[in-house]
Amino acid sequence: MSQATATAAGPTTRRAAGRRKKKPGSHGAAGFLFTLPFMVLFLGLFIAPLLYALYLSLFREQLVGGNQFVGLDNYIDGLQDREFTRGIGRVALFLLIQVPIMLLLALVFAMILDSGKVWFPKLFRVGIFVPYAVPTVIAALMWGFLYGRDFGPFADLADAINVPPPNFLSESTMLFSIANVSTWTYTGYNMIILYAALRSIPTELYEAAAVDGAGAVRTALHVKLPLLRPALLLCAIFSVIGSFQLFAEPQIFATIAPEVIGKGYTPNLYVYNLAFSDQRLNYAAALSFLLGVVVFIVSYFVMYASRKQEER
Amino acid sequence: MSAVPTAAPEAPAVKRAKKRGTSAKPGADKGFVFPTIFMLAFLVYFLMPLGWLLIASTKSINDLFDSFGLWFADFNLFDNISETFSKDDGVFWTWLRNTLGYSFISAVGAGLICAAAGYGFAKFEFKGKNLLFWVVLGSVMVPTTALAIPTYLMFAEIGLTNNPLSVILPSLVSPFGIYLMRIYAEGAVPSDLMEAARIDGAGEFRIFWQVAFRLLAPGFVTVLLFNFVATWNNYFLPLVMLSEPRWYPLTVGLAQWNSQAAAGGGATAAFNTVIAGSMISVVPLIIAFIFLQRYWQSGLTAGSVKG
Repeated sequence: MSQATATAAGPTTRRAAGRRKKKPGSHGAAGFLFTLPFMVLFLGLFIAPLLYALYLSLFREQLVGGNQFVGLDNYIDGLQDREFTRGIGRVALFLLIQVPIMLLLALVFAMILDSGKVWFPKLFRVGIFVPYAVPTVIAALMWGFLYGRDFGPFADLADAINVPPPNFLSESTMLFSIANVSTWTYTGYNMIILYAALRSIPTELYEAAAVDGAGAVRTALHVKLPLLRPALLLCAIFSVIGSFQLFAEPQIFATIAPEVIGKGYTPNLYVYNLAFSDQRLNYAAALSFLLGVVVFIVSYFVMYASRKQEER
Repeated sequence: MSAVPTAAPEAPAVKRAKKRGTSAKPGADKGFVFPTIFMLAFLVYFLMPLGWLLIASTKSINDLFDSFGLWFADFNLFDNISETFSKDDGVFWTWLRNTLGYSFISAVGAGLICAAAGYGFAKFEFKGKNLLFWVVLGSVMVPTTALAIPTYLMFAEIGLTNNPLSVILPSLVSPFGIYLMRIYAEGAVPSDLMEAARIDGAGEFRIFWQVAFRLLAPGFVTVLLFNFVATWNNYFLPLVMLSEPRWYPLTVGLAQWNSQAAAGGGATAAFNTVIAGSMISVVPLIIAFIFLQRYWQSGLTAGSVKG
């Protein structure tokens, strides 16, 4: 990751540094001023809320005596809160199932498009990418209708051949149904990232492989795949973050299947319900923090694993 | 490679297509058949729900229940649309206007802020620059929804919830946009040109606005588009921040209509307005996607190649 950035940025930065040596200290302040509007917003809307949440998370609202400092008690409670830890477990399971399927599909689509051995490539590129334009809420609404028994086509088809309609929203199938919505929405997005990365591989590399007698599949596996690692890593990290943020789908499906989706189905849903239904703001702040830490650890682990793989 | 970051992703692609041109003609190669069928099968999967939405939006509430989901019944599209816009004293108009307003202001604002900051990071040296940049990049890993609740709590403290600013301000912070613009500015703005402008006596701000910004325009448009769509599609932040329907964007409003309809149950429920409303809120973005493809691709190229 950093390697690609370094080579890409290399010449420009070096030139800039060279110029600076001639005119020491010139224009540096202007550069900082250009970043200032962003930095002010970043401080106010990113750092400040985090610090405020950290502060809140150390207190607890008592029935008598108002807010009281409780140290890390909220965090300890959070780690022992079955509802919360099971929510984390659920999204972790979701992540293990959905992300590999989605990235594999995206990878195969991108490779096929890049191979040039397909008719109507533009149609496929746009058609598969288009669900990304659909807001998650609306994707969830649509799939909710499609899954439903009332006017879903699957139920209609089942009726037509006299079998009981499939239940997509039961205890055992819900997670897969949600995974399907995510896959539907984001496969095209990942496909475009990978496709763009493939396009930037110099043709000479392919030609060299072809001269060596490698077929299309072998070229894909041994030449293209290793070069795609940075792009795949980017996709994986975004997917990890996305999985832990699951909210709209379970919240919408809860209106159709309230008996399956409790208030802690995903960690995000739980934090939302704690803050807005139960008014337990301090506890919600602590859980937001814990969730952030979990995402950070998992993302870091993905990066670490990828680097280890590269070293081998 | 670093000199042509995002503006011309088509160029190498075209060259390559020509090189492989011998087999690019339809029918010239049997090897095309299997991949095309494979892709077609998945295309059906990706387009089916949207097809269903289009068809369903033409159906009356009774036909929604009674007719087969993937085919037409009586054509009631215009009734559904007018019902959607007149329901609850025309609140759908308000939601549409809010969504457009939030998205437009956030997109332009974030675009300008990112262009300036990316330019500052790319073309200048100042103390602590790299540390700042890495802190910003690292912040991508904090889930935005985990941030939304703390932001809400803070805004509630200063009385800033339940108004448009509470949605727009957080949408202006786009670490990914900064990252894209930095990479873009590194390639697109020649330092010699800046130096020449300085020798001509132009101030730094004028150089940015009159010289650099033009060169940054394609990158700016990419960030603008990303932010427009992100804000248009955002659900969690407005849901948390806003408590009155008159400030809702489409996503929050439609989700509320849906839960009302589900609670109502049966044929009395106004699912037809939920469906027509969803259709109306999806179509403009899909059209924009198809026509502005070049910018999506170039933005994602920068993200993946230089990432």
